[in-house]
Amino acid sequence: MPAIFKWLDRQIPKIAIAPSFAAALLFVYGFIAWTGYISLTTSRMFPRYDFEGLHQYERLFTNPRWMVALENLAVFGGLFILFCLLVGIVLAILLDQHIRAEGAIRTIILYPMALSFIVTGTAWKWILNPGLGIERVVQSWGFENFAFDWLVNPETAIYTVVIAGVWQSSGFVMALFLAGIRGFDQEIVKAAYMDGASLTRIYLSIILPSLRAVFLSAIVVLAHLAIKSFDLVIALTGGGPGYATDLPATFMYTMAFQRSELGNAAASAVIMLMTVMAIIVPYLYSELRKKGHG
Amino acid sequence: MSYRKILSTAVAAGALLLAAQAHAEPQVEVLHWWTSGGEAKAVKALKEEFEANGGTWVDSPIAGGGGDAAMTALRARAMAGNPPTAAQVKGPSIQEWAEEGLLGDLTGVAKAEDWAKVLPPLLQDVMKYKGRYVAVPVNIHRVDWIWANPAVLAKVGVTAVPKTWAEFNRVADKLKAAGITPLAHGGQPWQDATVFEVALLGVGGADFYQKTMVDLDDAALRSATMVKVFDQMRKLRGYVDPNFPGRDWNLATAMVMNGEAAFQIMGDWAKGEFLAAGKVPGKDFLCAPAPGGSYLLNTDSFIMFDVKGKDALAGQRLMAKLILAPKFQETFNLYKGSIPARLGMDMSKFDVCAQRSSSDLVATIKAGTLRPSMAHKMAVPDRVVGAITDVVTAHFNSDLSSRAAATRLADSVAAAK
Repeated sequence: MPAIFKWLDRQIPKIAIAPSFAAALLFVYGFIAWTGYISLTTSRMFPRYDFEGLHQYERLFTNPRWMVALENLAVFGGLFILFCLLVGIVLAILLDQHIRAEGAIRTIILYPMALSFIVTGTAWKWILNPGLGIERVVQSWGFENFAFDWLVNPETAIYTVVIAGVWQSSGFVMALFLAGIRGFDQEIVKAAYMDGASLTRIYLSIILPSLRAVFLSAIVVLAHLAIKSFDLVIALTGGGPGYATDLPATFMYTMAFQRSELGNAAASAVIMLMTVMAIIVPYLYSELRKKGHG
Repeated sequence: MSYRKILSTAVAAGALLLAAQAHAEPQVEVLHWWTSGGEAKAVKALKEEFEANGGTWVDSPIAGGGGDAAMTALRARAMAGNPPTAAQVKGPSIQEWAEEGLLGDLTGVAKAEDWAKVLPPLLQDVMKYKGRYVAVPVNIHRVDWIWANPAVLAKVGVTAVPKTWAEFNRVADKLKAAGITPLAHGGQPWQDATVFEVALLGVGGADFYQKTMVDLDDAALRSATMVKVFDQMRKLRGYVDPNFPGRDWNLATAMVMNGEAAFQIMGDWAKGEFLAAGKVPGKDFLCAPAPGGSYLLNTDSFIMFDVKGKDALAGQRLMAKLILAPKFQETFNLYKGSIPARLGMDMSKFDVCAQRSSSDLVATIKAGTLRPSMAHKMAVPDRVVGAITDVVTAHFNSDLSSRAAATRLADSVAAAK
């Protein structure tokens, strides 16, 4: 009897974790594999299990709309990550100056994060609409020639998605960096002061370079936000004008749920997964390797 | 597969039990996305009619995404082997559902109710799969309407809606010179596609429409006529106001209503907006068929699934019969703003626009110029509609040349076919 209990004692963690492990195996990895397989078939309205090779990928990469979506992802993803980091870091440094009412200001900056992207998108749609928002207000102040029509211009509409995204997510980056800066050893800062380093110099050359881990987490979180971006685009531009602000996620939705092109949608999903992997895998690899050494 | 088998066995067993009882009680579960305003009222009328005839109606409304959410739910249920009795599906999608072997057979009701006589031939083809009826049409919407504000037109001395695109362009130029937005339009892909098919009909005529939007003939899609169609689209692009991207269609209708714009090209659901605002057709607003002398038809319909059990089958038969009965056709379509799918009805209770739609329908059937709407998924499968819409909206929102647009259109259609 005691032997069984002992055995059970050792096995209980494994038994407890088994159901969720099995569920993850089936519902995450199982369906990834299923999607991969569907992307190699002629599936349209219903899944069809006839192997067709890479035809769906060929169709995908000759579709001008998909190329626009990829281009937009590069523009949006790049600018979104860059500006979120810039704004977040600057805000974190400013807040680090032990100002009054820091708690209140921090909350205010972090609050957009509490909104869903749908709300953010809808609010910015009105703010950026030339007939309702900024353009109209400034014109009504007497600047008749003021123009800010990014939202309705196919060439610039993607930048409005960046604006709304940065507004929403930079508070989160600020929180990450503020925590990192606060965790920094004050002795070193004091020592640098003694050596006559300026405040700018301390931040740029000492504190920020030591926050490599924070940078990595921020970039990984922002990158996957960018790649799976869907609701923000739907609420802000609806993918328009035309399909000028289409992203891979909205493309996939359109194909799968509006056009009965399951195979093509699956192919685009696989490409999205590979894009995410291209970012996450090197990150995980470097993290895991470090742990192995430590 | 196994699920479906188990379920169907269970249902069949249930049917056997029920068969012991003397007669079936008609029962339907109807999946639809008519959840707002006049549509909700219209579907409620059907429910009441059904219940008044001794049936049990289980309502499964699924709102959102213009039917996308409903389609996704329907697909999931069909794959799990648990489809509803009837579902709102239209156009060539009916054929796709039938090809999966999921649909039942309404031929009995069709014969008894003489659908061959009362339905337009074009509609009969859409509702039939391999000669048997699998769906029942509820209404007919006309897509190729031009809505106009006569007070605005009067400002430039125009009294009637233009009859050709050349005339339309002349009037629009005059309006523009007078500082009035000629065309109220919402820059959403389906609205761009709606305007496109109407322009195509006017520029190319009914035969060209058949070749390009129904038969998807490659040579016709690349032809000089198609280039002219895109030229007209470019013209129309010049007639909309700068804030058009993303605008909903009913806001565009409001622009015509309020005199901010002169015309809107939209199906007859736009009429509901005018009527709801208390406007009188012929006086406060004008409705006129767009150039082309044809008729672009859009129809809502219900597909009937292959269900087991006396009750469900009786429910399907009763529902199909009631939907095309004259009384219901009148009530429903008065609510919905469309016209009856049944021919030869008394139209005296309908407004002048609906009466015009009805008489034009009969005339175009006779002339052989009645055509299914591409933009509203009546002519070709959804994936082809999507491919065409992509090109149309890309052209409308960029400075792509008409020649290049025609080439891209033909290439995209070939890739989607």
